[in-house]
Amino acid sequence: MAPSDDDSDPKPLLPKLSRRAFFTGAGASALTATLVQTAAQAATQAGPAVLGPEPSTLQLDLNGRTVIVQADPGTTLAELLRNQLGMTGTKVGCDRGACSACTVWLDSEVAASCMTLAFDARGRKVTTIEGLARGDELHPVQRAFVENDALQCGFCTPGMVMSCAALVERNPKCTLDDVKQAVSGHLCRCGTYPNVFKATLAAAQASGKGKGKS
Amino acid sequence: MQDVKDTTGTQGTAKPSDGQKAQAAGPQKPPPPNPGPSREQAMQYGIVGAGMKEVTRRVPLDEPPPLPENAKLKSIGKPVSRLDGVEKVTGRARYTFDVQLPGMLWGQRVLSPLPHARIKSIDTSAAERYPGVRAVHIVERLLATAKLRDPKAEQGRYPTVRYAGQPVAAVAADSPRAAEAAARLIKVEYEPLPHVTTIAEAMKENAPRVFPGPTEQPATAGGGGAPPGLPQKGNVRGPDTKPRGMGPRGDVEKGFRESEVVVEAEYRTQVQTHVPMEPHGLVADWKDDMLTLYASTQWVASVRDEAAELFELPKNKVRVISDFTGGGFGAKYGIGNYGLLAIHLSRKARAPVRMVLDRREEHVSGGNRPNSIQRLKVGAKRDGSLVAIQLQAYGSGGVAGGAGVGFCHSTLYECPNVHVEQYDVFTNAGPCAAFRAPGQVQGIFALEQTIDELAERIGMDALALRAKIDVSGTDDALARAQERKLGADKVGWSKRRPAGSDKGPIKRGLGVAQSQWVYLVHRNTSCEVRVSGDGSVEAFSATQDIGTGTRTILAQVVAEEFGLRPEDIGAYVGDSRYPQGPASGGSRVTSSLTPAARNAAHRCARELAARIAPLFEASADDIVFADGKVSVKGKASSAMPFRDAVKKSGVRELSHRADRRDDYEGYAMSTPDMSISRHGIGGVQFAEVEVDTETGIVKVERVVAVHDCGRPINPKLTESQIFGGVIQGVSYALYEERHLDPGSGHQLNANVDQYKIVGSREVPKIEVILLEQLGAQSSTDARGVAEPANVATAAAVANAFYNATGKRIRTLPMTPANVLAALRTT
Repeated sequence: MAPSDDDSDPKPLLPKLSRRAFFTGAGASALTATLVQTAAQAATQAGPAVLGPEPSTLQLDLNGRTVIVQADPGTTLAELLRNQLGMTGTKVGCDRGACSACTVWLDSEVAASCMTLAFDARGRKVTTIEGLARGDELHPVQRAFVENDALQCGFCTPGMVMSCAALVERNPKCTLDDVKQAVSGHLCRCGTYPNVFKATLAAAQASGKGKGKS
Repeated sequence: MQDVKDTTGTQGTAKPSDGQKAQAAGPQKPPPPNPGPSREQAMQYGIVGAGMKEVTRRVPLDEPPPLPENAKLKSIGKPVSRLDGVEKVTGRARYTFDVQLPGMLWGQRVLSPLPHARIKSIDTSAAERYPGVRAVHIVERLLATAKLRDPKAEQGRYPTVRYAGQPVAAVAADSPRAAEAAARLIKVEYEPLPHVTTIAEAMKENAPRVFPGPTEQPATAGGGGAPPGLPQKGNVRGPDTKPRGMGPRGDVEKGFRESEVVVEAEYRTQVQTHVPMEPHGLVADWKDDMLTLYASTQWVASVRDEAAELFELPKNKVRVISDFTGGGFGAKYGIGNYGLLAIHLSRKARAPVRMVLDRREEHVSGGNRPNSIQRLKVGAKRDGSLVAIQLQAYGSGGVAGGAGVGFCHSTLYECPNVHVEQYDVFTNAGPCAAFRAPGQVQGIFALEQTIDELAERIGMDALALRAKIDVSGTDDALARAQERKLGADKVGWSKRRPAGSDKGPIKRGLGVAQSQWVYLVHRNTSCEVRVSGDGSVEAFSATQDIGTGTRTILAQVVAEEFGLRPEDIGAYVGDSRYPQGPASGGSRVTSSLTPAARNAAHRCARELAARIAPLFEASADDIVFADGKVSVKGKASSAMPFRDAVKKSGVRELSHRADRRDDYEGYAMSTPDMSISRHGIGGVQFAEVEVDTETGIVKVERVVAVHDCGRPINPKLTESQIFGGVIQGVSYALYEERHLDPGSGHQLNANVDQYKIVGSREVPKIEVILLEQLGAQSSTDARGVAEPANVATAAAVANAFYNATGKRIRTLPMTPANVLAALRTT
């Protein structure tokens, strides 16, 4: 099987497939599997464009707004947020997924934005620390962090808040063990964990009550 | 504390010859405190709730009246939520890491891959041609490392490389990618030199020399550093026999002859790196008329002064801004090598340059707590009284000096004969820096285990022995006496079992250790308080908030004088243009800033009272500010909202600037920048541990931390700092250790996945008890707590380990390998 070198083939296997980019790093067997799978996808929907090293257009659903930017495919979500969009609330502490300072939500799941390519966030709802509050009204976890002093220098705080808020949204009946689990990947050098536990449980309790009443 | 006579310098301005003289002549007695008009003032002294007495102090005439205990105050002493908390939880807080200026360039360092080398040539031409590159700079001088006493001992165009990861050059480009790519194009030709990375190897006579001659190591405002003028043989510099100017005293040999019990052992501690979550960083913006620096720093003035000195600028042409600093722990002073490069690049490119260390460099060159090998020998009588303490300590801070192990040996316990010898050992590793109670953490680890061992040997309770020998009568000794009692009750000390009581493989134990730190005051601390015609109040000081809550305590103290709420006060720090403020190091911000702030606020309030008095047809002395209102004493019906009263008074703006006065009793010792009280800060910590003797895994289950910090200004924030100190102490005791590859000199775990730090799952249950202790020394009587909270933890854990297993663990960290080795000892 020898795919045509000509990208302008009138019946391309995949839309806008750049052969050179596509084959880079792909083994033959993996290639076959990928082709079968992607061809099937292509039959039902417009498949993703394969992106070259040069910047391409990226559309993101970011904090409830649609954002369109030019980014090169190697850009991490953290880099895009901070360096291109000026949204510096998301911190980068280690740049290798080990400290969780860069935590954001993709849909309702937490993700390390330093380990997520910006292009992989397409089609998902991205929520950052800037998008957690509703206007001036803080998320219950944010409020509880302030009230319980669950922060000192504050550099790990945005990431910590995102994970704790995700937990409380997912499980308002969370236990101390659940909170420890939720922040187990987060590093806080000031050692503010006891108050993070306290704040998150307080927020969960408050939001649980709220939900019970409604 | 007792007999405190000297301390680290602050900016390394002392010349070696001066230092030699100082050591020979002994520390200078400071002049009497507070010259000028004064009054005799009756004040409350003691621990609130545990017996107060009245003392009389000579107080400057214009100092405000003494504050009553916290229970009688409205703002001071209350658990106020952090005023900048909302900014931090919403991501709006702007750290240096987040500064983005129009046209800002990205800086990238070129680092030496070799641990020891001379640089023969550097070719930057390819990097200069790389698209997007705006400036390239080659390192001409190095900061942070020890300096050769005779600079001519080494020739060469470029600084010698002495550790793997030392910066050699840097580029500034219009994107991070371009900067990284261009940095890789810089060609450096090295002439490798033999290197040595372990302290044991470096101490050998024929070891490769890290420096070709004797060196000096100035301290920073965070402490650390090494005394000037010491002898140096090979890589070994010392001995320093007067840590912080204290000791030696008596005759230890005679003391040991008179001793009935002698306890002697060798202790080893590891290299710990600071790992602030925000790495070191600086954004330099060089303009013709002004150099603006955004710095992640513990002292804006140290950044301004160093930049002004190195670039020969007047200080009024350098402005330093530090809105938020993402942790420092002692390592963030001055401009650093990264900052020096950023300023050079900004000057060349005529554009702002951001230079921030990555996580690897932060470990390698951002600073560390030196390791130690301590041989400690203590002689005592059978009744527990100490007769002799002898210490020989070696430590390596890599290419920097400052590996002393503290001052506790001659100050914490009464002992007539004390001799300490401390040595710095240079290795080809990144420079150490002050780290949360520099030296004292290592020193207390050994001393407090030795005292525990002594108690066991003479069959005395560990707390009873300490009660017998911790008798200096200073404020910290008085606090510890109370702390031992409170802590023992809380932790259930009376139920403590004999060592090694558990029969199974899992063994539990309870231990205690004492803390001690200096009570420092930053001289030349000022605060300006301003009242505007609309009734708004602001306070300004060129200190900074590294996570301790400086803005909040500043607002609380000012609010108290005006009867307002802390959130009504605009509290501004982090700008070198404000009146000079204290360094966030040495646990001194609260002790230094709050009296200055109160003095300024008090003067403003009294002037305001005089301006408002005619409105009420009252005398100024009868005007009271309370609960957001102004009223006449004894006439509640006269109350008028504060803002309305200010508006009606016709005041447009009034402001006062006031200084931190000397402690009313004066100091044991002063330098131009700081003073040290003869009193210290105490603290007692109890730890419960569980040791799995089959796997060697240690868990710290519970810590009871009993602390004093004078008058606590905000118990909520104080508790947070104590949590932090305990958690860092547990982390140091159990996990943290820098691993260098001896062959290449590279750090093998320069990240946060392999450099293990306590995470959520390893946090013990921590119970904090806080004393309110009034020392009758300043207008707020506040003291610090950050360092005391970190001093005792590792020792308390080690003593609990002994109580659990019946074996001493004398090597940190308590990894399975070290634990199993300790359990095998007989």
